Amino acid sequence: MNRTATKYIADDLVRPLFQSSVWFYAIVLAAGSVVACGAAAWTYQIWNGIGVAGIRWPVFWAFYLVNFVFWIGISHAGTLISAILRLVDAEWRRPVTRCAEVITVFALMIGAMFPIIHLGRPWLAFWMFPYPSSREIWPNFRSPLAWDFFAINTYLTGSVLFLFLPMIPDLALVRDRSTGWRRKLYGALSFGWRGTTKQWNRLESAMQIMAIAILPVAVSVHTIVSFDFSMANVPMWHSTIFGPYFVAGAIFSGIAALIIAMAVLRKFLHLEKYLLPYHFENLGKLLLLMSVLWAYFVFNERLTTWYGNEPSEMAVFWATQRGRFAGFYWTMVTCNFVIPFIILSINRTRTIAGCVIASFAVLIGMWLERFLIIVPGLATKQLPYSWGNYGPRPVEMTIMAATFAAMILLYTLFSKFVPIISIWELKAGLPSRLDKATLTEASLMSTRLDELGPMPPEGQRP
Amino acid sequence: MNAIYALYDDPHVAQQAVDNLRAAGMTDADITVISSEPFDHFEFGHRDAKTAMPWIAVAAGVVGMLLSYYLLGASQRSWPLVTSGMPVVPMWTNLIIIFEMTMLAAIVATVITLLVTAGLPSRGGKLYDPEVSNGYILVGVENPADAAKLEPALAISGGRIKRTL
Repeated sequence: MNRTATKYIADDLVRPLFQSSVWFYAIVLAAGSVVACGAAAWTYQIWNGIGVAGIRWPVFWAFYLVNFVFWIGISHAGTLISAILRLVDAEWRRPVTRCAEVITVFALMIGAMFPIIHLGRPWLAFWMFPYPSSREIWPNFRSPLAWDFFAINTYLTGSVLFLFLPMIPDLALVRDRSTGWRRKLYGALSFGWRGTTKQWNRLESAMQIMAIAILPVAVSVHTIVSFDFSMANVPMWHSTIFGPYFVAGAIFSGIAALIIAMAVLRKFLHLEKYLLPYHFENLGKLLLLMSVLWAYFVFNERLTTWYGNEPSEMAVFWATQRGRFAGFYWTMVTCNFVIPFIILSINRTRTIAGCVIASFAVLIGMWLERFLIIVPGLATKQLPYSWGNYGPRPVEMTIMAATFAAMILLYTLFSKFVPIISIWELKAGLPSRLDKATLTEASLMSTRLDELGPMPPEGQRP
Repeated sequence: MNAIYALYDDPHVAQQAVDNLRAAGMTDADITVISSEPFDHFEFGHRDAKTAMPWIAVAAGVVGMLLSYYLLGASQRSWPLVTSGMPVVPMWTNLIIIFEMTMLAAIVATVITLLVTAGLPSRGGKLYDPEVSNGYILVGVENPADAAKLEPALAISGGRIKRTL
């Protein structure tokens, strides 16, 4: 066994918590400014009323709901992927899980804000809460919006706990390396963790149970988000395929977001030793699989609609295939299928850069997919007299930009206060720690880590 | 707190120290092993592995399911509003919320069980050495009746013996 390697890993991964580069302040300042603009735009909307947004009859769900579905989809990156990799005991998961779980928590928080923003009168959001009021009026549990409330809050609670529990040992590690207020803060956050065999066994048991429990919850969340649409008798919405179609799309966009986050962390926090090309290649293969699956679902949905030839559905169908939304549609197909398929199916292009390019394309494509699900259906309803159009206003665009900035800001701050890679899981995955059955796969990942020497002096660190 | 312990940088040696302590008459309950990572492939890593946590999670899930079943039915009957021709208590839609509450109860119960059984949060005063976070494995005995008798059991290759008072 190589204790030098484990100490190196701990020192190296804790280092970003105690050192801040100029980039950190620049990112916080830039992202914080955009978030402040978004807050100002929302305040402006609250002050002047929802009319300042572009939503008009018949398109009452637009940018805000597009972003709601998009961010809830992104949230599938973390907990779902992490839970699956934990359950199948994939050794390569170790440096990836926390990066992924953080995306889930922040994306859910951001996504859950959109229905409140969309309310126009956010102070009435509590009407959704199930509390026994004096009038005995409870939420309408038959409404998909009430299902959203329960599903998102369950997933958010589960995801926060799923993220926090394996953080406890690492927070204890940071506590032992800190002084002053930091020691007190990390001491409180680590709950006085010592690392007894009993604590380790309980933690691992809890993570196994959480992984099993969180998987169906994750699937249910995006299925229920799809019910927001498929329960309504709107052309191209009322479809049985929407549940799995939304779940597949969510995992697809989630993996793309994870690849981008990992590439950025690798670059800015100098995590090249931990986030290896091997990890990107594996995630790239998953992204390729989801791209093909996405194309399969789109083909199913389109073929069934076209073959049914129902007039109101065909109006939406042609509006997206060759009408006013065709530009968006074919861009979506290119971004979600053509680009990732070409890049990721060729070994030579399935590099870190290739995976990042494909992931950016997928994020654009998936955002457009959400837009194309929501807006054309509402703008081209059954009776032509109710057809309309939609154009986003500056308020909506500013708030949307602010949510992307909020994600960057929250992620940056998180990686400043918590080791973004699970140190104890990484150490436990070193080849010297594993039995021979798992050694082959693990050694691909971390042989180099096990051979690391002592931490270089301060001035010579990357 | 009075304790005798040693720090090892090799889990094989730590395992040997645990075996030596047992040979010296210590029970598993007397021996404390602390590390900065789990050691699933060593015998000492499996002490205290038995737990009722999965059953507690299942039981909590059942409680969550029954409570939400009651909550939904009771509240829908207290305001019997017919929506879209659905029954006052429509099980198809209620199943969604019952499912979420079942899983939430199981998840929360798992976390509470973890905290209670792992002794968290803990306020200190227990055997610990910050060197553990540098990769050492601590093997020791808290409040030993005769610390001197245990010292040879811990004094094996690479072990750094320490005492606390």
